[in-house]
Amino acid sequence: MSEPALSPDERAPIVRDSLGVGIATGLYGTSFGAVSVASGLDVAQTCALSLLMFTGASQFALVGVLGAGGSAVSAALTAALLGTRNTLYGLRLAPLLAWRGARRLGAAHLVIDESTAMAVTRGSTAAARTGFTWTGGSVFVLWNLFTLLGAIGGTVLGDPRTYGLDAAVGAAFLALLWPRLREPGGLALALAAAAVALLVVPLAPAGVPVLAAGGTALLAGLLARGRSRQEGTA
Amino acid sequence: MSTWWAVLAAGLACYALKLAGLSVPHQVLERPAVRAVADRLPVALLAGLVAVQVLGGSADQDLVLDARAAGLGAAVVLLLLRAPFLVVVVGAALTAALLRL
Repeated sequence: MSEPALSPDERAPIVRDSLGVGIATGLYGTSFGAVSVASGLDVAQTCALSLLMFTGASQFALVGVLGAGGSAVSAALTAALLGTRNTLYGLRLAPLLAWRGARRLGAAHLVIDESTAMAVTRGSTAAARTGFTWTGGSVFVLWNLFTLLGAIGGTVLGDPRTYGLDAAVGAAFLALLWPRLREPGGLALALAAAAVALLVVPLAPAGVPVLAAGGTALLAGLLARGRSRQEGTA
Repeated sequence: MSTWWAVLAAGLACYALKLAGLSVPHQVLERPAVRAVADRLPVALLAGLVAVQVLGGSADQDLVLDARAAGLGAAVVLLLLRAPFLVVVVGAALTAALLRL
């Protein structure tokens, strides 16, 4: 790696912020554990999902389809469809994290909404790796721990919403988005993407609205590219 | 038994999808059209995540205006005041929690 390592002063705030998001998200494992058992999966199946699948929307979708009486095939397909979101995240993360071989194989498991959000806004590979690893790692540990607690004990902590944790995660994503709203076209793109996501919410299962929001980046990127090509600047 | 198959097959599929994105070759990502889209992806995905996190219903695919929106409002005010990241996150959580008391 040719880039310099982070100084402790640069590293500490990234680790602290990452743990904040990790805790707020990980505690939600309780909800998943409880919902999964209520949908008819046993404790081992519930924990296997959090360990092996480790991507919230897909996990909720799988137990939701099974709980509603859907077939194993349709449950698995729905979960996989929602997992395509993580492919988009990987696309953006690949040049930033610049990991190969075994480290890439390990990192792939931690590619989720939160770890991506805490990595893509960083300016260097070292900072992106720090945000990605600490967020992904802390969510993984806590998500699995609280999945188990939720599955065996129902709601140990009670509803995470009591503590406003559902609002915390949205605020974290907004804080990460904030600096990019000042870039040319940033605010317009963000508002368009949010509007598209909200339009899709009533029509599709969880996870698809965020995919649709990603589609606005595709459209905006190709439009901007077409325009610059016409002007002969590409 | 079929539940186990669904868990394992879908778990493997989700991992493969994650790895596929991370494994796209460098040359592909350097192409101008791909870069134009990839540069815009974080803004669009984060905006979509904010919208769904704050207004999305729990399971039954609807939009809900509740204490989360007030939490997001508090986050906007704190961001305008240039508060640090964790203050913004905790401020939003506290706002929502207090409104639900």
